[in-house]
Formats: sequence, C-alpha cells, structure tokens
Amino acid sequence: MVAVPDVADPREPYLSDFKALEREHFAGDPRWLQETRRKALAQFRELGFPTQKHEMWKYTNIQPIARGRFTPAVTIPGDGLSAERLEPVVFGKFEGSELVFVNGRYSKRLSSLRNIPAGVQVGSLAEALREDPTELEPYLSRIARFDANPFTALNTAFLQDGAFIHVSRGKVVEEPIHLLFVSTAQREPAVAHPRNLIVVEDGGQVTVTESYAGLDAGVYLTNAVTEAIVKGGGVLDHYKLQRESERAFHLATLEIEQGRGTNVSDSSFSLGGGLVRNDVNQRFTAEGGELAMNGLYSVTGNQHVDNHTRIDHLTPQCTSRELYKGILDGRARGVFYGNIIVHPGAQKTNATQTNKNLLLSKEALVDSIPGLQIYANDVKCKHGSTTGQIDEDAVFYLRSRGIDAETARAILTYAFAREVVDLVRVPAMRATLGVLLLSRLPNSEAVREAL
Amino acid sequence: MALLEIKGLRAKVGDKEILRGVDLTVNVGEVHAIMGPNGSGKSTLANVLAGRINYEVTGGTVRYDGKDLLAMKPELRAREGLFLAFQYPVEIPGVGNAYFLKSALNSIRRHRGEEELDAMDFMSLVTEKMKLLGLEESFLGRSLNDGFSGGEKKRNEIFQMAVLEPRLAVLDETDSGLDIDALRVVANGVNTMRAKDRAIVVVTHYQRILNYITPDFVHVLVNGRIAKSGGRELALELEKRGYSWVDEAAPGPVAAGP
Repeated sequence: MVAVPDVADPREPYLSDFKALEREHFAGDPRWLQETRRKALAQFRELGFPTQKHEMWKYTNIQPIARGRFTPAVTIPGDGLSAERLEPVVFGKFEGSELVFVNGRYSKRLSSLRNIPAGVQVGSLAEALREDPTELEPYLSRIARFDANPFTALNTAFLQDGAFIHVSRGKVVEEPIHLLFVSTAQREPAVAHPRNLIVVEDGGQVTVTESYAGLDAGVYLTNAVTEAIVKGGGVLDHYKLQRESERAFHLATLEIEQGRGTNVSDSSFSLGGGLVRNDVNQRFTAEGGELAMNGLYSVTGNQHVDNHTRIDHLTPQCTSRELYKGILDGRARGVFYGNIIVHPGAQKTNATQTNKNLLLSKEALVDSIPGLQIYANDVKCKHGSTTGQIDEDAVFYLRSRGIDAETARAILTYAFAREVVDLVRVPAMRATLGVLLLSRLPNSEAVREAL
Repeated sequence: MALLEIKGLRAKVGDKEILRGVDLTVNVGEVHAIMGPNGSGKSTLANVLAGRINYEVTGGTVRYDGKDLLAMKPELRAREGLFLAFQYPVEIPGVGNAYFLKSALNSIRRHRGEEELDAMDFMSLVTEKMKLLGLEESFLGRSLNDGFSGGEKKRNEIFQMAVLEPRLAVLDETDSGLDIDALRVVANGVNTMRAKDRAIVVVTHYQRILNYITPDFVHVLVNGRIAKSGGRELALELEKRGYSWVDEAAPGPVAAGP
C-alpha cells in the first residue's frame, strides 16, 4: 500500500493539478463552464479544507483527506476493466439500464442502455458537454452551491464526467437507471470527482440508483456531486449505495430542487468506506411537493460515517418525511445531523424527522443532532432521535422460542435495518442490500430463515 | 412421571428476594394452576423456569424431565420442550410472525433430530392451528406482535404454543386483560393442548380462566412460597374469600429453608 505523504498547504496540489488539467483537458469546454470552474476553484482556495471548528464539520475530522495527495484519476490511463470484475458490485437480476464509470470516467463498453423512451436523454456528462452543451448550461451547477462547501467547489472545478439524465415533459422511464461508479487500485492514491445531473421536466418520471464501489482494497478519494431538478408534477426515486473500499474516502453531496406537486424519494445506504461524509440538501420551491428522505448507515471497525441533511420548506403545503437509521459496531463512529427549516409563509407544512441508532459495541459512538427551525405558525412538525442497544427483552423472547442468543441478536439487528431497506422500490437493489447486510451478521442462514 | 420437580427454589431480582423456597412437582398429563396476590412471585417463578437473565437463582433445584433445568440456556430449555407464554409478549418490528415461528419450530425439530419442515408443510400446519384460535391469514404476514392489541398478543402466544407443541407449557397471566370472548378462545386453545404426555402450568391472579380450563391442582403462592395446595375447589374458595386468609402461617408444603 502506498502511503499518503503530508503536504504543506493542502490546497496547493489541487491548484497545481487544476492548472495542468486546464491546459490539457478543459481547453475544449464551453466558455460558461470554464468560468464556472475558475469561480469554483477560487472559492475552494478561499474556503480551504474545513476544520472541526466549522459547525458543519464539527463531528468529522477530514484532515486525513486534506493531508493526502490524490492524483486526479482522469490523468491515470484506464486499465481496460473486464465486465467480470464488475460482477461483485452490480445488482443481480437487474432489468434496467446501467451506466458504468471507472475511476470517474464513463465506460461505454461496460454500460448498457435498455428501454429508454424517445425524448429521454441518458448518457455521460462528458459526452453531453461535447455534443450539446447548451442543454446543460441552464442546469449544471445551478443548485449545487459551492459558496460554503469546499468539496462541492472542488468537484465543480474538476468536474468532467458523470451521468446526465434528462427526462422530457410527461415521459416515464419505466426501468430504473443504475449509475455504477467503481474505483480500481492505482499506483498512487487517486481522486475522482463524479458529477451527475438529473433533470425531470413537468410530469416526467424516473428512478435512478447510484452505486459507489471499490473493486480493490486501497486508498482513494471519491468526491461526488449529484444535482437533481424535478419540475412540476415530476417524480424521482433516487437511491445511493455506498460500498467503497475499507480505506477509501467518500464525500458526496446530493442537491434536490422540487417544483410544484412533485414527488421525490431519496434513500442513502452507507456501508463502506473508511471516512465518509454524505450531504443531502433539498428545497421545496413551489407548493404541494412531497419528499421521503431515508438513510441507513451500517459501519464497524474504525469506519466513520457522517450524514448531513437539510430540507428547506420555502413554500406552503409540502410534506417531508425523513428517516435515518444507524447501526454501529466495533469502534465505528456515526453522525446524523439533520436540519429542517420551515421558512416564513410555508404554511401547512408537514415535516417529520426521525433518527434511530443501534449500538452493537461499547466502543461504537454516534452523534445525533436532529434539528427543526420553524418560522411559520400553521404547520405540523416533529422530530425525534433515539440511540440504544439491542433490546434484551426481545433477545430473551426469541431465545425462549428456541433461537440461540447469537442468532437472536443478528435477527434483531437485521430487523432494525429492514425498515429502511423495505422502502427501496427497486427489487434488484433491495435484494443486494439484503445480501450485503446479512453477510455482515453471524449465522446469516438462520437469520435469513427467520425473516 | 414427574416432568417438573422444583425443590426449595429461591430467587431474587436485584437485592429483593422474591422466591423464598418453592416446592412443586408437576407430572405429565396434569394441569396445575398457580394463583396468588400481586407480588407473590408468580411471574418470577414462570420467568425463572424459562431462564430469564435478570432473575438470580440463589438456592434450590429444578429438574425437568430428570435434567438440571437451571443449568440450561433459555434456547435449550425451549428446544427440550419448555414453553413460556409471556405476560407481556415483546413487539419486534421487522421480524415476520410466520418466518420467526418457522425458524423457532425448525430449531426445535433439529434438536430433536427431526426433519425440518419446508414452507408447504409449515403452512398447512399453521393454517390448522390458526383456525383453532380464530386468527386470520393476514396475521402471519405481520411483524411479530408489532402493533397487536392485547388480545392479539395473547392469542399469538397460544398460537405459538400450539405450533411448537411443548411438553411443558407455562402460561404467565395469559388471561389478564382479555375480554370474555378472547378468554374463551385462549382457554379453548389451551384445552386442545391437554395431553397425556404434556403438562400445563397456568399462572393467574384470577379464578376466571379456571372456569374454562379445569386444573387438576391449584396452588397458592404467597410471599414467595406455596402456602396452600388443593384441587379445583381451592380456586373457587379463593374467588369467594380472596387471598388474605391464606398467609405464610397457613399449612402447606414446608420450604427447605436455612
């Protein structure tokens, strides 16, 4: 394994890499994008890497990332990955389209598009930038603000590839679209900045799943940003499965903007990675929107996973349901930081936020910071947070029926996770999640039988 | 044949001694009722028999089918044929009623060296038992006791007992909180379980359930000891006179004390 060397000013390598890439890779970009890049880089230089003195980064020390030297993955030649190597990380029996990205770059050879209706664009962002940049201009980097988040700024400065999904008015994409981002072992630690853009026009409907997976054990950094803009009456089901390598760093921000009468769900499953930060920010910009925001983080060993969510009720008559659950074992550390803001005038808002954590070991730790700020007077809002161990009464109940103690605990752990898994409406992904979660439990055969 | 032999059983919860020398013998084919006022130790006795951890046994012996019951883990007791119907069945969201029960049944069958039941055989078994307890099919698909009414929980306990077919069933206040219709259903379920090779111990505060389940023996537990034993008529007398006339001084089996 290659060690990550210390560097003096942690911003410096990114600034010099940017200069090199600007000459060699970004030169052909449309002018508006070049300007956005420069602004984003300037903002990153301004902000620098956050320390734990920042409220938003209080519970997560990102110094291991700041101190690291990560080569831009785009400068490392592709290794002609075989389809077989993807087998451990694809969804079994998946019926939809799959876009595969290797170290941040789209692989046409490994991807397959199925049943995409006319008028719906599904492909790589790099390709769209080459072929029809005007279609991207109104949307790219519109809602992913980089004024405060240095990693979004960095992603924007370095963005080159990812998925672009544009569902035109009234079109329904029946089969889910899976975006699979895989990282492979490199001679030196690499960084990829995947950038996805999902636009659902009025009355459109689509399901998008994102997977981030490490194919080899190794140190690398994924710094992903997804923007999802859903217009009047549009429907988006969005899922993310993070199963990076144990020593990988994973930073990801999802930005969602919902128009009038839209229905959006997002479920985030964070299982892998050494140091992980997930940001999900959503805004209701018109009346009658509905949002379900779910998450499950299950970590062990020395893993650290930090989930920051923010929901902005800017307009009346919107409903948001948030459920995040955590399972923490070993010496793992989890963070849930949720913030729902009901802005002035956002009457008849209905918002709930729930965070539940299950601690499986004495050394595991979780910081749960639920939050609700209400500036309107005719609203229904509640939030709650619980952290506890496995219910010993439940263990005894199962044992009293002949199930051994270890299996009883495993059953109860899986049952805890299941509430979030069952919300997944893509059967192949739900099955994969079941297998992944069961594989971490003792006596998984017996557990499977009992569920 | 004695299936259960309790001698001088003492147990405490925290610092408090609850059982202070219980003697009780239950033979196969018999139904025993254990009655007593609140706090007399009825539930403690039931839970100690099932192996609940927060009860500390401080003295005495319990032999089950000739074996040292207290040395067995709770799951082993269950596999050996002991069943406790809980006073407060635990709600477990995310664990399906049917799958859980199949898993429990098969762990018991494996222990007995019997073949595991497949999904088909299991379904035909449970369908029959569900009819007995007036349970609808949707019951199987629900999470274990999750959101069940009090009556549904108690019926589920008896349903589990009917499926698992224990050799010794201990019913811990299964009648409490039941309306008369539910009580009849539960009692009927228990009565169909009466068998030559099985014993049933009904722990109850009230005589009421004994109108439907006729016990062979009635014991009165007071202050952690069996203060009086008798037949069916003892329950009726308790119903009339309450518990106050039976106290520790009353004649009954003498506890093996220090």
